[in-house]
Amino acid sequence: MSAALLAGRRRLARTIPRKYVPVLVTAGLFAAMFVAGGVRYRGFADGQVVLNVFVDNAFLLVVAVGMTFVILTGGIDLSVGSVVALSTMISATLLTGHGWPAPAVIALVLAVGAALGLAMGAIIHYFEIQPFIVTLAGMFLARGLCYTIGTESISITDPAFTALAQTKIRLGGGLWISPSVVVALVVVAVAAYVLHYTRLGRDVYAVGGSEQSALLMGLPVARTKIAVYTVSGFCSALGGVLLSFYMLSGYGLHAVGMELDAIAAVVIGGTLLTGGSGYLLGTVLGVLVLGLIQTIISFEGTLSSWWTKIFIGLLLFAFILLQRLIGARRR
Amino acid sequence: MTAPRPILRMSGIGKEFPGVKALDGVDFRLLPGEVHALMGENGAGKSTLIKVLTGVHGVDAGEIELDGRPVAFSGPLAAQQAGISTVYQEVNLCPNLSVAENVFIGREPRRLGRIRWKEVRRRAAELLAGLDLDIDVTLPLSSYSLAVQQMVAIARAVAVEARVLILDEPTSSLDTGEVAQLFRVMRRLKEQGIAILFVSHFLDQIYEISDRMTILRNGRLVGEYPTAELSQVELVAKMIGRELADLEELEGRPPARGGEPLVEARELGRAGAIEPFTLTIREGEVVGLAGLLGSGRTELARLLFGADHAGTGSVAVAGRPAGLRTPRAAMGHGIAFCSENRRAEGLVPDLTVRENLILALQAARGWTRPLSRRKQDELVARYVSALNIRPADPEQLVKNLSGGNQQKVLLARWLILEPRLLILDEPTRGIDVGAKAEIQRLVAELSDGGMAVLYISAELEEVLRLSHKVGVLRDRRLVAELENDSGLTTEVLMETIASGARS
Ligand SMILES: Nc1ncnc2c1ncn2[C@@H]1O[C@H](COP(=O)(O)OP(=O)(O)OP(=O)(O)O)[C@@H](O)[C@H]1O
Ligand SMILES: [Mg+2]
Repeated sequence: MSAALLAGRRRLARTIPRKYVPVLVTAGLFAAMFVAGGVRYRGFADGQVVLNVFVDNAFLLVVAVGMTFVILTGGIDLSVGSVVALSTMISATLLTGHGWPAPAVIALVLAVGAALGLAMGAIIHYFEIQPFIVTLAGMFLARGLCYTIGTESISITDPAFTALAQTKIRLGGGLWISPSVVVALVVVAVAAYVLHYTRLGRDVYAVGGSEQSALLMGLPVARTKIAVYTVSGFCSALGGVLLSFYMLSGYGLHAVGMELDAIAAVVIGGTLLTGGSGYLLGTVLGVLVLGLIQTIISFEGTLSSWWTKIFIGLLLFAFILLQRLIGARRR
Repeated sequence: MTAPRPILRMSGIGKEFPGVKALDGVDFRLLPGEVHALMGENGAGKSTLIKVLTGVHGVDAGEIELDGRPVAFSGPLAAQQAGISTVYQEVNLCPNLSVAENVFIGREPRRLGRIRWKEVRRRAAELLAGLDLDIDVTLPLSSYSLAVQQMVAIARAVAVEARVLILDEPTSSLDTGEVAQLFRVMRRLKEQGIAILFVSHFLDQIYEISDRMTILRNGRLVGEYPTAELSQVELVAKMIGRELADLEELEGRPPARGGEPLVEARELGRAGAIEPFTLTIREGEVVGLAGLLGSGRTELARLLFGADHAGTGSVAVAGRPAGLRTPRAAMGHGIAFCSENRRAEGLVPDLTVRENLILALQAARGWTRPLSRRKQDELVARYVSALNIRPADPEQLVKNLSGGNQQKVLLARWLILEPRLLILDEPTRGIDVGAKAEIQRLVAELSDGGMAVLYISAELEEVLRLSHKVGVLRDRRLVAELENDSGLTTEVLMETIASGARS
């Protein structure tokens, strides 16, 4: 009997390849949290609750997409939060202070973010310096640049930005999303396509699997490593633009610690910090889980918002342990 | 006879690493349509020559000409684009990617920039079928054995339209059938006019496949010879610079004195890895394990070492039941395991030879009882010279050693522990003839001293030369246990492996 049970388990294990397990666990967790919230709180089991998670975290999602690229190569990017803040600051000062048109501002901000990423990637690769150190320097640099623009919060009154901030895209049935969500989902779709269907994406996985091997296999390692930091810089800048829509202000203290949220989302989404394994869908689920924790805590009402951090901390522990277990049973 | 124009010519190549002159004035020619063997002891500079050629390392001196034109590749990518396809010594693939992807990454069939996964999988399966390998190409590479990984690396190299194919010890973890398959492919490519550079420490393979050979010794060129004009004895003499006298000395081993049973495995097994087996290893006994790749040799060893959990059965060590649930527990019982996968499980590449050697010993003693530096130096010096590790500098980083010398360091690391049972999984892989004899002699000596040895090797001659008893595995089952008396020959072993009969 137990043999039959074992065989059954093995069959199940074979139908679900191990590489999907972390993503499925996160999906299961998300579903469980949603159901639990629905049972406990009145008005929770509503489609709009999930959509609001998207609306409130669109910028984080975009930033986490860039972070996923970096972590898949086995790197890390600590500069994303600061680049987000810098982007809001540049947007606000150019729009409000200098009266630039919105499209030009957005283009410039994206270019600045990508350039910062490119520079960090090049330093990491050509000088063989730890990504941790280089992006830590990038983090201080970008945050410092914010204050050279201004130490106060600058509000945005540009009509295009305010329009985008207030637009609700109605989905019918009383459900709605913001334009930022659409942008974020497009970014996710494009990134998932790149990771799965293009050479750049596969090289990202290969470099994460073994940089030395990738080099000897004749893959463009330098290009790939620089590209992922560029992508991350670009995504941070875009995240910054979305955050400016959301906040309608630029401020040097925006997005403090967002790099850690992004890393947490990626890890909870099942991507290995050592690189080479993980999916973008996981990252989306990771962001949703983080967002849903916040939602639950706000529904609870009496809990302090610090509980968000505690739950995220516990979740991270749980997921890192899970990855260990899966890794250990590889053979 | 008009010799065809060489496709590749290297002249006066010199390469110096900090403290080591790896290559010095080496000339090398490769003709189209030939299989050319590059020969030399461990550390002679074979891999370095290949890496210099393909741009992994820069050259310090000399010129490289491809098809009459001078070239200097910036890296493997550039070399590949110029038509030089290389399998480097260690398996250099990405374990996290699927088999199919490992074959094609970097040159996947695409349409409008979109990778055609179906096509990738189909062509990878086809290519591997051409190598007689019928495996699920969608699984990650890490789920397969080293041998399969090596075949995948070869498939990757032959998949491209190359003019020059370089294979640095491609056969080190392959069994006879797979080697034959590889040679078939090589002959086919040769007929198409492709020049093949081949490195191996198996002299029989060299004589079977190669047309000409170039011999290196200590980074210098010894000479270039047609294979047919150089006997094996002459070749070995040229490689090591002296006559190899005592290879055959071990012939006719004394029978094991019936020592006490040291390790007794009873119905030990693990679902999916190896069927329950019963095996007794006595003190001072060398037990050989023979069988094809994937027959469960390594799996059996891993169970005895506690590297995998046994599903069924029990183990007794020295008569007392022992739960070998972890490698630590096994080491506590005096069992040591020298793994076949030195890259993944063995050495710490960024530490020195001395540190690597002391590591396991120190761990076994406990970190609160450090070994004195003098004692360390003494031990290290002993094993470095016993195994002839070169360069004989204990402070050299392990990653800078040649492949064969790394293997020796790994072996020495376990020997230093003086275990009661030493499990050796393919210990002589990638090791040159001289050192191989050295290691075999050492194993014989240790067993005379009372150490039990479980010896796993794909080379049947080696198993026969050393063991008192041979266990034959087939399809993950221990099918026979044969006393190594005069009646046991490689033919008998082969037959048992093939038929799976209990004798
Ligand atoms: N990166 C490096 N740094 C320093 N020394 C090196 C490096 N690579 C190789 N060497 C040294 O160069 C010499 C030649 O090594 P190489 O790997 O070419 O030998 P090999 O002929 O391929 O031997 P094997 O048969 O063991 O593979 C050795 O002495 C080795 O220690
Ligand atoms: Mg070598």
